[in-house]
Amino acid sequence: MSTAATLLAIGAMALVTFVPRFAPLAFFNKRIESKYIRSFLHYIPFAVLGAMAFPGILYSVPDMRAALTGTLAALILGFFNRGIMTVSVCAVVIVYAFGVLI
Amino acid sequence: MNTKSQFNQGLRDGVPVVFGYLPVGFAFGVTATAGGIPPWLVVLISLTNFTSAGQLMGATLIIAGAPIFEIAVTTLIINIRYVIMSMSFSQRIKPNMPLAEKMIAAFAITDEIFAVASLKKGEVTFNYITGLVSGPYIGWSLGTLLGAYATNLLPLGVQQSMGIALYAMFIALILPAARESLAVTVVAGVAVAVSVLFKTLPFLSTISAGYVIIICTIIAAALGAYLFPREEEDLT
Repeated sequence: MSTAATLLAIGAMALVTFVPRFAPLAFFNKRIESKYIRSFLHYIPFAVLGAMAFPGILYSVPDMRAALTGTLAALILGFFNRGIMTVSVCAVVIVYAFGVLI
Repeated sequence: MNTKSQFNQGLRDGVPVVFGYLPVGFAFGVTATAGGIPPWLVVLISLTNFTSAGQLMGATLIIAGAPIFEIAVTTLIINIRYVIMSMSFSQRIKPNMPLAEKMIAAFAITDEIFAVASLKKGEVTFNYITGLVSGPYIGWSLGTLLGAYATNLLPLGVQQSMGIALYAMFIALILPAARESLAVTVVAGVAVAVSVLFKTLPFLSTISAGYVIIICTIIAAALGAYLFPREEEDLT
């Protein structure tokens, strides 16, 4: 993507990030009554994260076997609540080690 | 309480968030730069967006060369959750707060800052909000800056390996929440299943990445709302 296109994309992202934060604060004072709509909004980040993570992670590095090894490491460390930074760094180190060793 | 001490109280309350944001900002800086976005633009994303999931998604799509409209729609969908936070937040501030101050308060709404501000007793003043957001905003941007400029100093093998960092971060965000909640497990699991289906089925695999995420998200979150409607307003 060219620099101009990237700048435009960043501007668009900034706008669509700001508007949902700002519009209700500025113009809306009532509560959403439907528990289904509120639940739907609540579950959105988890659904997004799931859809982004898989199967994307398997294609995130050139060698899929390395990606698979890194994925397993991330799943195990993530399950044991190791924190974003630790999980990320360990996955990278394991993928790199896989490339060097195998 | 006077305005200065309101600001200072916000500043203090924001300290734990700063420690949370520095490393995530750093990881974002590293991964977005490793994916091919120039470092100064990566920093610009953090300065103007100030949101984790949305800008991660946006950066992923920029790297994939997705059309701008698609990037905007996808980012908007991820950020829709801010609508409920902003609605809730509107009940806590002075109704006659000037528009310019409302704009700054709105920009400050992230999952974490919203949570901290919501737990505060009494009215949330503008000075408290500006104090609360200052540390995390600097931490987020500074973390990104350090991550973005550290990346290009690394050898190619390491840079390529860092492609997995972004995705490992998604996993690190989902799993702790999934352990706590069956509903979150089902929602994330359904999203993964639908997403894998789109990647593998011959006809569906032609649909571009951004739209696949939107479709997966709507299906999984709607199913979650249908199966596990939340009774009380746990807005965080």
